[in-house]
Formats: sequence, C-alpha cells, structure tokens
Amino acid sequence: MFAYLLRRLLYAIPILIGVNLITFALFFIVNTPDDMARMQLGVKRVTPEAIEKWKTERSYDKPLFVNTRAAGFDALTDTIFFSRSARMFAGDFGRAEDGRDITREISMRMGPSLAVALPTFALGLFVTVSFALLLAFFRATAFDFWGVVLCVAMMSISGLFYIIGGQYLVSKLWRWVPISGFGGGLDAWKFLILPVMIGVISGIGSSTRWYRTIFLEEIGKDYVRTARAKGLSEAAVLFRHVLKNALIPILTGVVAVIPLLFLGSLLTESFFGIPGLGSYTIDAIRAQDFAIVRSMVFIGSVLYIVGLILTDISYTLVDPRIRFDR
Amino acid sequence: MAFIGKALIVSLLSLLLAACASEQNDPYPRNERGRNILYSAFTERPKHLDPARSYTEDEATFTAQIYEPPLQYHYLKRPYTLIPGTAAAVPEPEYFDAEGNRLAADAPPEAIAHSVYEVRIRPGIRFSPHPAFAVDSGGHPLYADLDAAKLAGIDTLADFAQTGTRELTADDYIYQIKRLAHPRLHSPIAGMMAAHIAGLKELGEVLREEAKNLPEEAWLDLDRFLLSGVTRIDRHTYRITLIGKYPQFRYWLAMPFFAPVPREADRFYSQPGMAAKNLTLDWYPVGTGPYFLAANDPNSRMVLQRNPNFHGETYPCEGEAGDREAGLLDDCGKPLPQIDTVVFTREKESIPYWNKFLQGYYDASGIASDSFDQAVRLDIDGGVRLSGEMQDRGIRLLTRLRATIFYQGFNLLDPIVGGKDGVGEERARKLRQALSIAIDQEEFISIFLNGRGMAAMSPLPPGIFGYGEGEAGINPVVYEWRDGEARRKPIEAARALLAEAGWPNGRDARTGEPLVLYLDSTGGGVDDKPRNDWLTRQFAKLDIQLVVRATDYNRFQEKLRKGAMQIYFLGWNADYPDPENFFFLLSGSEAKLATGGENTSNYVNAEYDRLFARMKDMDDTPQREEIIRRMKRVLQEDAPWIFGFHPKSYTLAHAWMHNRKPHEVANNTLKYQRIDIAERARLRHEWNAPALWPLIAIGVVLVVIAVPAVTAYRRRERQTARPLE
Repeated sequence: MFAYLLRRLLYAIPILIGVNLITFALFFIVNTPDDMARMQLGVKRVTPEAIEKWKTERSYDKPLFVNTRAAGFDALTDTIFFSRSARMFAGDFGRAEDGRDITREISMRMGPSLAVALPTFALGLFVTVSFALLLAFFRATAFDFWGVVLCVAMMSISGLFYIIGGQYLVSKLWRWVPISGFGGGLDAWKFLILPVMIGVISGIGSSTRWYRTIFLEEIGKDYVRTARAKGLSEAAVLFRHVLKNALIPILTGVVAVIPLLFLGSLLTESFFGIPGLGSYTIDAIRAQDFAIVRSMVFIGSVLYIVGLILTDISYTLVDPRIRFDR
Repeated sequence: MAFIGKALIVSLLSLLLAACASEQNDPYPRNERGRNILYSAFTERPKHLDPARSYTEDEATFTAQIYEPPLQYHYLKRPYTLIPGTAAAVPEPEYFDAEGNRLAADAPPEAIAHSVYEVRIRPGIRFSPHPAFAVDSGGHPLYADLDAAKLAGIDTLADFAQTGTRELTADDYIYQIKRLAHPRLHSPIAGMMAAHIAGLKELGEVLREEAKNLPEEAWLDLDRFLLSGVTRIDRHTYRITLIGKYPQFRYWLAMPFFAPVPREADRFYSQPGMAAKNLTLDWYPVGTGPYFLAANDPNSRMVLQRNPNFHGETYPCEGEAGDREAGLLDDCGKPLPQIDTVVFTREKESIPYWNKFLQGYYDASGIASDSFDQAVRLDIDGGVRLSGEMQDRGIRLLTRLRATIFYQGFNLLDPIVGGKDGVGEERARKLRQALSIAIDQEEFISIFLNGRGMAAMSPLPPGIFGYGEGEAGINPVVYEWRDGEARRKPIEAARALLAEAGWPNGRDARTGEPLVLYLDSTGGGVDDKPRNDWLTRQFAKLDIQLVVRATDYNRFQEKLRKGAMQIYFLGWNADYPDPENFFFLLSGSEAKLATGGENTSNYVNAEYDRLFARMKDMDDTPQREEIIRRMKRVLQEDAPWIFGFHPKSYTLAHAWMHNRKPHEVANNTLKYQRIDIAERARLRHEWNAPALWPLIAIGVVLVVIAVPAVTAYRRRERQTARPLE
C-alpha cells in the first residue's frame, strides 16, 4: 500500500505542474501584466511609467516562459512562470497583488468555509442516503413514484433559486434567522442554519436519485434475498446489508469531494456574506489577482488528488477484496 | 426511519427555538443593541487604506473618516466650499516670478514661476491611539525593535498591549508628501504631482536608487531626504512650492493624499514579520480623524470607533437655503462625531443588502435596479416619490446629481468619425453632430435609469463652476429652447446634417455604400443587450448601421490605449469640483495615443487647447466663466463626445437617521450624522416579529407524510410471504 501511495504522490507532481502551466497560460491569455497593473493601480491618472515600475517590482517585466536573453538554465528560471510558480511547490504562496499574505488569508478563510461546507456535507449525505433508502423501501409504490418526481423537480431547479427563495421565505417573510452575515463563536449557528439547510435541500434531488438507483440494484441481488429469507426486518436488510454493499459507488463520489470542502462554495458564500475561500477566489478573479487565482487552483488540484487517493484507500476499508499490494 | 424522524425533530426544534426569540434575525451581536452604532455595508473590499495609495470611492468611505487633510468641504453649503480641516485657515497662494519676486494675486499665469501655499496646522490635534506611539517610562518607543519571534501571538493591531499618541505636527504632512514619491508605494498621483510640486520628481529618482539597495520590506526613512518644494517653517507650519500656477491644488489639499502620516507608524509597520501578518499602513491606518479603524476584516466586517483624541470640531451652523427647514441645522454647535461606532458589513449581493435595510438592520441604503419599483414611484410628469411601503416605514429619499458624466466618445483618429486621412474633418464633424441629435439621451435615462439622470449639455455637470443654467447653458447643436425648456432637435435636423456630411439616408452619396459604425462596449452580457438594441435603433433612425463590439474590460482599455476603436462608451467621476477636472479630458496635451493621457478621443483643437491653458490657471471669475462658455461652444460644435448624461443617485435613509445630506465631493461625512437609538430599537422590534405559522404548517405536512409511511412500513413488516389461510 505504501508503494502504491508513493506512486500516486509521484504521479501528482507532473499533474500539478501541468495544472499550474494551464492556469498560467489561460490567465495570461486573458490578462496581460499591463492589465493587472492597471487593475491594481486604478484607471485614473496612471502613467505608463507607473505601470512599468509596478511590473518591474513584481517581475512581470520578464518573459512568460522562456527568457531568450538569459543563458543556460536561467532561460527557463528567469521567467514570470518560474518565478511565480516554483515557490508554490514548497507551500509558499507569497503575496497577493495588493501586498497581502495569501497563506494567512487562506488560513483565516478556511474556517468559515468549513463551517458551512462540513455540516452541509454531513447532513446532506445523511438526508439523501436516508431518503434514497426510504424510496428503495417503498419501491414501486406511489410514495416511490412521487418521491422520484419530487427529486427530478428538485434537481431541475437552479441552485440560485434555492438561495434566493430560501432567503426570501425564511429570512424575509418569516424572519427566523439573519438573511446573510457571519459571526464567530456561539453566534455562528444563526448564520449557518439557513445556508446549510439550503445546501442540503438543493442537493437532495440529484443525490437521492443516484443513491436510490444504487440501492435498487443491490436490493435485487441474491444476498439480499437470503437476508430476507433468514427473517431479518426490512430495515435491517437495508441498513446492515444493502447500505454496506452499496458503499463503493457512494464512496467514489463522496470521499473525493471531502478535501474540496475546504475550498468553500462560490455561490453560497457570496449570497450569504460568508468570508470563506469561495468568495476569496471570486474576488481574486474579479480583481485579476493572479497570485491568488494561481494559489487557489493549485490548492484545489492538491486537494482533488488527495481526495482521489483517499477514495482509493476507503475502498479497502469497505471491500476486503480490494488490495493495493498486488 | 427513526434517524430521519429524529433529525427532522431536531431541525424543527432548532427552528422553533430560533423563531420564538425576538429579533432572532438580527445579524449583529446582542450586546450591540441600544448602542450608538451606525450600520452600513460595503460591496467591494478596499484594496488600499494607505493615504498615498488609496484613490477609489470605496476606500474613501474609510480613509476619509480616519485621515485629516489640512482642508475639507463644508458639509451643508452649496456650491461646494473648502473650509479648514486641521489647518487654521484655507491657505491663499503667493505667486513668484522666476527671479523670486513676489507677484500680485491676479498676475498672469505665464508670469508665475512658483506658487507657494503656506499651511498652518492648529496646535493641540492628536493622533488616535496606536502602538507606534507607545513609549516606556524613559520615553523610548515600546515597539521599535520587533521581529518575527516577538510578534508571536500578535495577529491584529489590537493585540498590542500598549498604545500611545502624540501631537500632530507639520512634519507629519511633509512626511506624507514625500511618501507620494516612494518607489514601492506606487501612488496613483505620483506622476501628476511630480509635475506640480517642486522637487518631487527629483526626490522620486533619489528614492528609487536608494530602494534598490534595500531589502524588500526595509524601512526607507524619508526624513533623510530633502524635498525642495516642501519645507518646515515651524512645528505647526509647512510650505509647499508648486511649479507655476495650479489653483486646483487647494482641492488636492482636501484629499487623503495630503493627510498626515506619522514617521513612527511608517517605521513601526516596516519591522520584520509585520507584513506577513498584514500589519501594514495599508491595512491599519492611523490618523487624527474622528474615527479610527478598530477592526479590519475586509472579508466580512470593518469597524470604525470614535477617536478619543479627536479635536473639538462642532456641527456647522450655516447651510444653504432649506437646510434649516429640513432640520439640518438642529445640531448646530454640537461636538462631533455624533455616532460612537460605525460597523460596515460586507454585502456582495444586492438582495440581502436591501432586505436587511427593510428590516432596519442597515440605517441607509442605495436603490438597486431590482428594488427600484418597490421603493420609488415615478409620476407622469417625471417626478419621483417614495412608494407607500417606504412611506409607511418613515423612510426618506435623498437624491443628488452626481459630479459625473457618461458619454459616447468618438475616436478622432478614425477616418470616418474623426475624418483624418479619410472622409475629411468637416464631414466627420457633421456626422458626429447628427449622431448627437439622434441619440435620445432623455429616452435612455427614462428607460434604463428610471429617470435617475440628467441629459448633459457639455462635459460639465451642474454644480461645477461654468455649468450654465437655462437657455444660455444648452447645447445649441442638439437642443433648441422652446416653451422655457431645452428640447432636442427633431430627427430631421440630424438627417439634414447627415446629408450635408455626405451620407444621405445613411448611404455614401458617391458610392451608395451603407454607413456602418462600430461601438466598443465593455458590456456583453444578457443585461446589456437591451441597451445595445436601443442604441442600434437610435443609429437606425438615421439609417446608420451600428455594430456593437462587446469586449472584456482589458481589451477595451487596450483599444483605447492604441486608438483602435471608433465609438466607445465611458464615464468620468470628478476628483474635485472644478471645471478643469472635466475639460482636461479633451485637452490635446492629454491625448491618449500621443501621450498616454486621459483624452481617449484623441481630440486636438488648437483653440480649445489655448482656452484650456488659460482657464485652468484662473480663479473663478467672470473672465473664467466666459472662457468656459467659449470652450463649451467649441466642444458642442466639434462634438468629440456625444454628451450623455449626469447620473442621479438615490439614497434611502430610515426615519431615525438625522443630518444626512448627500455630498458629491466630500467623503468625511459620517461625523455629522446622528441616530435616534430608541426609535431604531422600537421600529426594529416592530418589524422583526417572527412568523410562527410556517413551523406549524411544516409540522402538519411532515405528520401527514410520516403517519401513512410509518403505517405502511409496519404493515409491510408484519406482512407474510403469502396471505394466511
């Protein structure tokens, strides 16, 4: 297993370089260093000299990928790409274009993102798995039919609608919780309950349908019939046998996204005024802050790779037949 | 099943508990209730709070309350009037010729080699508490030798145990003027001010060389360097020497760029490890203003706290006509600021912002287009009044015409609309005039701005010297004066001009080719389509085909820089209330392609440039007004822009807000405002009683679903494989 993990980690290096390269290329196709300088310095009364100074100070006056004026290895290292990317692999994200420390910002914003994402994920998983099991239990009945209709309807509605509708009903009309905002400590719950609830509800449709399909496939298998023949209750059959055996496809989708929870949700954080990493990324894109965009994409890639490795590991936990050492 | 039931019960109980409490939707901590706090919001996080760098209106919301430049604007008087801020008086410039001889105040600008502004600061003004001023019993700074190790456990400025203060001196102003030339600060006005303040350019070059040899975050002690144009006279007086005459400089003295920065603070923030913790002047400003920044989390919440050392400024006792009746002079002579704390919460989306305002959790709000119909009713005669819902809540509507202009600019280097190396300048001029008539700005304002604007007659908005009211102020190329008001000329007049230009019915008189024009626009989204369609129809009135080229902001700016567009849409927001700040946008010396300046139309007219050169250095005299009139006529005839509109901003304020008067130029207005705390508490309580019926309804629905489901489950569990015989 160790060899497998090591191999996967080594595979990650070229993947991360590739992701970084693509991000870099895409960003600089849209934004030139001059554009970035103007965005940071403002558009009023900015002189060409000020732009040049800004670029020079941040090494944006160098060539993008290859410095033909440099000799030897410097031709590759004395470039914007290398000078802005190499440190990231050592975990140093440097400064944003406005001078603020990115690592510090990320560490400050991770908490609010997780405060929303973790309960949404856990509660959402519980609710959707439970609902899917319920539909599987009542399969081929009116309850199942209308449940599926409800799921299709729910997955057809835009996430934005859930947010605006939820804010309108719960916060504006019924006045139960604040419409947006974020607070620390004991105050946090009243800001979190609505985005979490909306996050859970908006995910019910698609996830329930997916899990229901998996459960129905399992329910038709011989071991389930055997369990019933032994006289087990339907609840015991579903929770102890069907759920356990249906976990692999569920884990494929679920474990991979766990690390990505750190990155937060772009839409939810924006509408609910949650100062997490999702809104940080959106702000950076709007401000053409390449340093932040690059860092967030890099972290996202790392977390995705970690998620996939965790998924592989989780297979061995739920299915004893799967081993990495052969 | 049991799990689901429990989860639902827990959720419902949580909601029930939440709903039962009073004002449970209050987004602020409970201990803030009943306190003298103003609640406001910000949409964009401020990038810079350093007065040498900050230039946007969003940032000025904060910096203007913290920093005090020597001058400020009178809060109530109109037209906008400069009054002393920390200065003892508004300085009057003294003029000198090249030999150093003193000249009279009305000396011709070309004879003036130097202008000298002597600013005297009132003694006794003190900085807000800050750790940079903290000293031990021996008078030595407490936090002058910090490093990363000593900063362990310190994350914000509030984590420093000790603070101190000291008196404001002339040196603090001089230090800040030197900072404008600091090579690492990239002050947006450095280049412009280097052309005006004697010695600033040279200082910038010296500092650039000096900075090359310093580590990235090392402190550059500006006191070691001489700035020839700024000298200290005594502890409270300093003198600024300008090159030539620059009357607009007095307006700059009312902007945070010229606010004091104490040397101690600059040094304090330059210590190792500070920047890594975002402990910078850009993040934690220090000033003498009515407030200091007590909490800075630009991701969610920024808090301004009353500066305990604020000098005894009082509420004004004079205003313009109507201010007394509006209650704006009721607080005459009361000490400022009137509000203890100002809490700014970040709201990125307009819907939560608007709804929180309606719930009383923001004290004032603008009106987003989504909410316009809910807030405001337009009368048939174009008048504006609040909707019944707003009136019932006691909300007041405050309007102001902004010192801003939006326009469609022509690129005068283009062969069609500019005429150079193409159709000829006279044909192009008539084409531009025809289009100026055809594009109905009044209709645009009515359709797309809900009437929130005023058609422009020239670059100058109302309230700026030389604007020109009534018939004398209209653009005679586009309007005619009938029945006591300006009326747009009929489309036939535009068609006639177009025919004279050589494109009768929108076709080239010689070749018969249709006239196709191109407008570059930054908006390409769904929301912009109606505007573009409308604009296309306006051009179609002259049978001209318009092609709208939507482009992203960066490419748009690039096209402007390269002069690679034909027609474009742009706006300008005044820095200060002087006509120079608008006319320079069309000055030949600012031509974008030639000089990289702000004249994006690349318009060059010798007469206009000559008049501009005279006008910009003049005081507000009848002679200046006459020159402005002539400049406007030149522009109206040449039509390098289709003068669009001056937007009007609408603000809503709750009944408990007092002394709120829109000010287009000043941003340091929070200190004048007052809140009726008891009234706010009463209305918030009244407006935010939770609705309980939905909880009961949800409970009933769940029971209705759960009971048959449970029954069915039990029946199924008891069911046998075959029916019992």
